[in-house]
Amino acid sequence: MKWSELFTSSVGKKWIMGLTGIFLVLFLVVHVGLNACIFAMDGGVMFNKAAHFMGSNAVPRILEVGLFAGIILHMLQGWALELSNRAARKKGYAVPMGNKGSKWYSRSMGLLGTLLFLFLVMHISHFWVPSRITGLEPVLIDGKEYHNLYGEMLQVFQGNLAVVLLYVLGCFALAWHLLHGFQSAFRTLGLTNGRYLALVESAGVLFSVIIPLVFALMPVCMYMGWIK
Amino acid sequence: MQHYTMNLTLKVWRQKNASDKGHFETYPVKNISSEMSFLEMIDVLNEQLIKEGKEPIAFDHDCREGICGMCSMYINGRPHGPWQHNTTCQLHMRAYQDGDTIVVEPWRANAFPVVKDLMVDRSAFDRIIQAGGYISVNTGNAVDANSTPVEKEKADEAFAAAACIGCGACVAACKNSSAMLFVGAKVSHLALLPQGAPERKNRAMNMVAQMDREGFGACTNTGACEAVCPKGISIENIARLNREYMMAGLTEDK
Amino acid sequence: MLDSKIPSGPLDQKWTSYKGHCKLVNPANKRKLEVIVVGTGLAGASAAASLGELGYQVKAFCFQDSPRRAHSIAAQGGINAAKNYQNDGDSVYRLFYDTIKGGDYRSREANVHRLAEVSVNIIDQCVAQGVPFAREYGGLLNNRSFGGTQVKRTFYAAGQTGQQLLIGAYQALERQVALGKVTMYTRHEMLDVVVIDGKARGIICRNLVTGELERHFGHAVVLCTGGYGNVFYLSTNAMGSNVTAAWKAHKKGAHFANPCFTQIHPTCIPVSGDHQSKLTLMSESLRNDGRIWVPAKAGDKRAPNDIPEEERDYFLERRYPAFGNLVPRDVASRAAKERCDAGFGVGTTGQAVYLDFKYNLINKYGKAEANKQGLQNPDTETLVRLGKEVVKEEYGNLFDMYEKITGENPYEVPMRIYPAVHYTMGGLWVDYELMTSVKGLYALGEANFSDHGANRLGASALMQGLADGYFVIPYTIGNYLADEIATKPIATDHPAFLEAERNAAERIQKLMNIKGTQTVESFHKRLGKIMWEECGMARSQKGLTKAIEEIRQLKKEFWSDVRIPGDINEMNPELDKAGRVADFIELGELMCIDALDRNESCGGHFREESQTEDGEALRDDQQFAYVAAWAYQSDSNWQLNKEPLTFEIAKPSQRSYK
Repeated sequence: MKWSELFTSSVGKKWIMGLTGIFLVLFLVVHVGLNACIFAMDGGVMFNKAAHFMGSNAVPRILEVGLFAGIILHMLQGWALELSNRAARKKGYAVPMGNKGSKWYSRSMGLLGTLLFLFLVMHISHFWVPSRITGLEPVLIDGKEYHNLYGEMLQVFQGNLAVVLLYVLGCFALAWHLLHGFQSAFRTLGLTNGRYLALVESAGVLFSVIIPLVFALMPVCMYMGWIK
Repeated sequence: MQHYTMNLTLKVWRQKNASDKGHFETYPVKNISSEMSFLEMIDVLNEQLIKEGKEPIAFDHDCREGICGMCSMYINGRPHGPWQHNTTCQLHMRAYQDGDTIVVEPWRANAFPVVKDLMVDRSAFDRIIQAGGYISVNTGNAVDANSTPVEKEKADEAFAAAACIGCGACVAACKNSSAMLFVGAKVSHLALLPQGAPERKNRAMNMVAQMDREGFGACTNTGACEAVCPKGISIENIARLNREYMMAGLTEDK
Repeated sequence: MLDSKIPSGPLDQKWTSYKGHCKLVNPANKRKLEVIVVGTGLAGASAAASLGELGYQVKAFCFQDSPRRAHSIAAQGGINAAKNYQNDGDSVYRLFYDTIKGGDYRSREANVHRLAEVSVNIIDQCVAQGVPFAREYGGLLNNRSFGGTQVKRTFYAAGQTGQQLLIGAYQALERQVALGKVTMYTRHEMLDVVVIDGKARGIICRNLVTGELERHFGHAVVLCTGGYGNVFYLSTNAMGSNVTAAWKAHKKGAHFANPCFTQIHPTCIPVSGDHQSKLTLMSESLRNDGRIWVPAKAGDKRAPNDIPEEERDYFLERRYPAFGNLVPRDVASRAAKERCDAGFGVGTTGQAVYLDFKYNLINKYGKAEANKQGLQNPDTETLVRLGKEVVKEEYGNLFDMYEKITGENPYEVPMRIYPAVHYTMGGLWVDYELMTSVKGLYALGEANFSDHGANRLGASALMQGLADGYFVIPYTIGNYLADEIATKPIATDHPAFLEAERNAAERIQKLMNIKGTQTVESFHKRLGKIMWEECGMARSQKGLTKAIEEIRQLKKEFWSDVRIPGDINEMNPELDKAGRVADFIELGELMCIDALDRNESCGGHFREESQTEDGEALRDDQQFAYVAAWAYQSDSNWQLNKEPLTFEIAKPSQRSYK
């Protein structure tokens, strides 16, 4: 079998989805961890320092390239799979199977993923673009200049109900996407067996609830003025 | 068991042959006993149709005891009807009540083209087996059966995978028309046994390649296949297939 | 005139000596020889695969959509082999002897001995193919016992042994298809054998999808088309199982042997109403652990669990203390019928007896499991719970199947069972080489008559199918084909092919042109009723004479009033069925003629005129120790040829399982 075949067969394509998926799951851990610095209640000092580290250190910058590559690969492969999978049944059923045997979110990964993509466009334009391209106002911490990403967050979320709701909705999409995607990635990579199955599944459920919940709390807290 | 009789409305897919477009027809059926099997109910309808000078409904069936894998109806939105771990031939009419409407469709997948009415062509499965679903041992080559002990749990697991009847319900239920449960079951059956070890790598690679050529979709682990499998083949066999395939792809010498 | 070609020499040397002396075909010549195999059950799939491996060009045919659907797949309990892994005194000789005795001394010693010899190779072959037989914790193979034997020699895979064996053979077959050695024709039905200069040279078949007739050439033709139990309409056979291929061969000159030898299996789920399309077997292996009983009082309508132990009649244990519930099938069936006829039957129809697992659930499995888990003095409830788990592993699928069909839970309530037609020991007459009376035409597995005499022992059908396909035909066909290496493939526009095709087409046309009022199914049901009542578990001169008359009448009516919808040149399942039923009607007549001729009781053939004082079958070796091989002459006209049976080793005695 040629290397190319290994990644272009139906199993190989799914492997790409699984590998990039797990990579993105790991990214979420880092992302949520850094952002959780806003809950330090120090007016964003810790958060801005952390954001600065991520933006200036070489390692995260290199990883960032990988991250974008991973996201793009995950999206393109996902859409390609969705299209070819749908095409495998030209004539459909008059009575759909519905939830008899599978969960709606398991069947809606393409839709949830597309929603997440739209969310990402908004999210990147809110934070990544100003911080990397158009520039942010500086803030002085201990006599040193930092990008005031924290200030940007406050600006985006405070008094902006529509944006906050969109972010919360995005977190819901993420939760459903993870609820299927987490354990599915392990299955696709063949990393489950009877012994580890329960572990992977419960870890997946915990992960898909906790991570989006923490994310969702950020705009909500800022909007409600619990974090200033 | 309380016996009762019922009148039903059947909406059945009729299609003269592979090139016909096909359509639904509605038939009333009367005085169906709760003791009948689903196929016996169709028999009753067919007898009625013949007497009326119409063409009976063509459907695949043979053993009528849930093991040959030939029966294949998609009943009210579920392959093999509402019961768990069941084939259409073993579905009995006590699953229904007087006045019910039942919609019957053929398996739907590009890889399973309709032959006539409710019959589909599942020869794709045979070709997948031809690609490697066997152990290459010519008649007469075998050593004594007890010369290789097989761990009981592995043997039991191999048996559970080998219980697949090749009916295709997994494909019919899958939103992607994926055949991964069928292929996973066969690869697992043979990979779990020491006798199957020498051909393990090629088997996984070749069977997946053939599956792709037949036009089945990819697996997205929704679990619909496992839920409708008449033999309760576990979706874990798909994870095992993924593992076998990648191990084969990554550790090949050439 | 009937030469069974049994090799000379001592019984246990015949097969070895045959293999040592039969003619061989060299590999280069094998490639030039074409063999047609019809049917892809255990016999057909194993034969096609093995012949392909040897290098012959094989064409295999089946009427189903895939070779894996053949009805061998439904065999449940197991496969016998004289491995003696249990160290309980088994041997090739014992298996041979049990089979001859179980068959009530109406089978050929040499064939049966060969079967017992190769049985051990079958298990080796199947394990090597990956058949997941049941194993002990040490990793070695497990065995269970079956009726008519006192040793444990049955290998099994839960209640799905046939499925696992067939899938093994199917995989071997598909491997040859992939290698290009076998060409597979699915959804094809054989409609005639083409005989040229006295030798079988091909077949005519109908492509069931397009309706077209096709001509196929072969240097030899191997029929592995199973049994004809569906002549009774209701049987444990698959809906499509039919006699057509064998019957066409018969009409082309192959003798039909012992057609009346049919096996009525004691443990099937009883008929529930007129709508019934088939009957479902509950494996004989259940009799290992289930006890058969009826209420001691006739007409007792209490629920089975309300009938106390002392008011139950375990009639098999009572009548046959040595074998108890594990008497051979014919004996168990008749005993059940006797009780039901005497008014002791249970269920709504009174045509059923109980098969009860409670005793062994508690005492055999429950206690053993409790011991294993170190439980002291467990209560009955615990024992039942523990026992259930073991029973589930052994027979889970059968219990589930029973519950789906009847709606009753057999773990709680005893099963209701009744005898049903299951297997046909009779079939095409074959010699030692499995060749029929037409040169180059072979019959394997259930389609031939050779190994089971008047009654087949449980777990022996799988053994015979695989023995014939894997280990016998590869040798014997070579002995014939060695003389055919100079025969060039005959073009299928040879007049014999054209004529056979024309005949098949005319018959189809004739059927379609009747345009009567009655459905094929209704004729089949009526035939089944006649056969079951007069040629079923008990047969009499009066009944059989009447049946023959009725069948002739039915035949006339069929050919003047059957209605077949649809067209010829399309998929038309009703037309396929009509052809099969027409053949069944002719066969039914021959079965009754054979049953009438054989005025003795033996095995599954019970003539009311011939029984002992306590109602056991009474054989008449003086007059009937022969194979009745019927030659077709013309419509309703057969000539009887007798192949005398001689027993050198297993001397006939009155069978006793008491």
